[in-house]
Amino acid sequence: MCGNEALAEAAIIAGLDAYFGYPITPQNEISAYMSKRMPEEGRVFLQSESELAAINMVFGASATGKRTMTTSSSPGISLMQEGISYLAGAELPAVVVNVMRGGPGLGNIAPSQGDYFQATRGGGHGDYRTIVFGPSSVQELVDCMPLAFDLADQYRMTVVVLADGILGQMMEPIVFERKPRRKLPPKDWALTGAKGREQNIVRSLWLGDRVLEEHNYKLQAKYEQVQKNEVLCEQYEVETAEIVVVAYGVAARMVRAAVDRAREQGIKVGWIRPITLWPFPTEQISKAADEFRIFLTVEMSNGQMVEDIKLAAAGKTPVLFFGRPGGGIPSVDEILERIRQLTIPAKR
Amino acid sequence: MKPVFTRTATLKDCPTHYCAGCGHGIAHRLIAEAIDELDIRGRTIGIAPVGCAVLAYNYLDVDMIEVAHGRAPAVATGMKRTNPDKIIFSYQGDGDLAAIGTGEIIHAAHRGEQITVIFINNAVFGMTGGQMAPTTVLGQVTATTPQGRKPVGEGYPLQVSELLAILPGAIYVERCSVHNPAQVRKAKKAIKHAFELQLNGAQGLSLVEVLSPCPVYWRMTPVKAMEWIKKEMTKVFPLGRLKG
Ligand SMILES: Cc1ncc(C[n+]2csc(CCOP(=O)(O)OP(=O)(O)O)c2C)c(N)n1
Ligand code: SF4
Ligand SMILES: [Mg+2]
Repeated sequence: MCGNEALAEAAIIAGLDAYFGYPITPQNEISAYMSKRMPEEGRVFLQSESELAAINMVFGASATGKRTMTTSSSPGISLMQEGISYLAGAELPAVVVNVMRGGPGLGNIAPSQGDYFQATRGGGHGDYRTIVFGPSSVQELVDCMPLAFDLADQYRMTVVVLADGILGQMMEPIVFERKPRRKLPPKDWALTGAKGREQNIVRSLWLGDRVLEEHNYKLQAKYEQVQKNEVLCEQYEVETAEIVVVAYGVAARMVRAAVDRAREQGIKVGWIRPITLWPFPTEQISKAADEFRIFLTVEMSNGQMVEDIKLAAAGKTPVLFFGRPGGGIPSVDEILERIRQLTIPAKR
Repeated sequence: MKPVFTRTATLKDCPTHYCAGCGHGIAHRLIAEAIDELDIRGRTIGIAPVGCAVLAYNYLDVDMIEVAHGRAPAVATGMKRTNPDKIIFSYQGDGDLAAIGTGEIIHAAHRGEQITVIFINNAVFGMTGGQMAPTTVLGQVTATTPQGRKPVGEGYPLQVSELLAILPGAIYVERCSVHNPAQVRKAKKAIKHAFELQLNGAQGLSLVEVLSPCPVYWRMTPVKAMEWIKKEMTKVFPLGRLKG
């Protein structure tokens, strides 16, 4: 079972009622898997005519209170941004998986982390956020699916799972967790037919003096709760480190190996791995930057997350970057070489 | 005294935001009547478009959603597939359905989604200031066809209902009008029939096109606008059952 199929099964176990999607490489295993498994479970699978339609099918199913998701890769996610903005405005829960590929444009089908900006800045129009996971193993991908659905329902938000072609294709031993996770509020806002009650309205249009401003403050208060409560982040040997390498997703695997080798060579280096990319582990980075440490951010892009590291470090320590865009993957040797360049052997 | 004409329950008792002589209000009432006569208020979910009818939920007292411009048939698909027992309808203008949302309506019909579509053709984009719509008739002056619509460069009026009627997944397509009381009654019958098909589990999409006046952007009095539907619009958009 590859990463794509594993995340699909994890979603089904998490109670996915309906899957909508349009084929695009490198995530086609998901829709193939769903087309077989969802009907077996008596649930909905539908291949839409476009990503625009897929995200709006999600919008419709979600508005009736169902657990629903769509998956795609970069160019398709661009098309979904209109719908994701409407989901944010209407406060509907949804899960969107982006198995990133190289861009811009049609780019290529190689793994990439080029959609970090798009995912962590909302992506569509308006003042909103989505929760973003950047898992780095198939197990973590599988574990974040039930959490993604719970968070989507709890906060009535879109949760984006940012994977890439490597994670999607990779096979690793996994266990599916089946226990229920969070106590969730009832979906009394859902459109179920106004039988014996007043009508429910799901909307993103807020006319009138200051009405939209108030709606945005309400969204903002929710986003602040998410920032306060939902940050996930892993660190290794940061306390003793003079150099801290920051990476997420598949890039973090290369970083881990490079850091282990550097430590064998006596270099005082550790790593920080954000698991949620929004909410970003700003506090953790900021704390690590309180003592003078050189930060090196490693990404499969020309430098996107590095901006968040710089914001968090707030000028307290230098923040450097190494990355490869367009499907390039930073190798362990390349990262090790960059780490070595940051040490100052003469003065020791 | 016994009242002979009253508000139907699903139509809310509130002032309208539509212009004098607008057809949207009539269409809303017909939908509300159909819902009440079929007694389906408690299981109906409506979809409001982007257009002058974006606030349709202020008038129709059923569960409703407001969606992105043109995407209603995809939203309806997501709802109906996950709630086959519910009655799902979309209410869409000609800009919404015949311009930006062409892909969504064609594919919803193509898949034979069991939904009901009420398509309000007023030959302009009302909400944004009366620009040309795909359904604008030749010679019609709009905010973006100051010389009148020309076939070369701007195209002929798009007959979406005819286009949809050829798809096997569209089981019922009828074009109606609200330009006089007799036509209003016919439109009511068509809308009710479209809902009934869905209620009876008929395997496909039902669509009722309603020719509807926009006196403001046709630059006419409400009475003249009704006459213009009869004289000009029905020439390009002939009334009657296209399918089913
Ligand atoms: C993506 C997007 N593009 C453009 C608009 C602007 N817009 C709002 S309504 C509309 C056209 C409405 O025309 P129609 O569907 O015929 O409805 P009417 O107002 O005539 O009833 C347009 C272009 C929008 N809201 N969203
Ligand atoms: S602009 Fe036209 S369609 Fe819109 S409310 Fe006024 S009359 Fe009706
Ligand atoms: Mg119109």
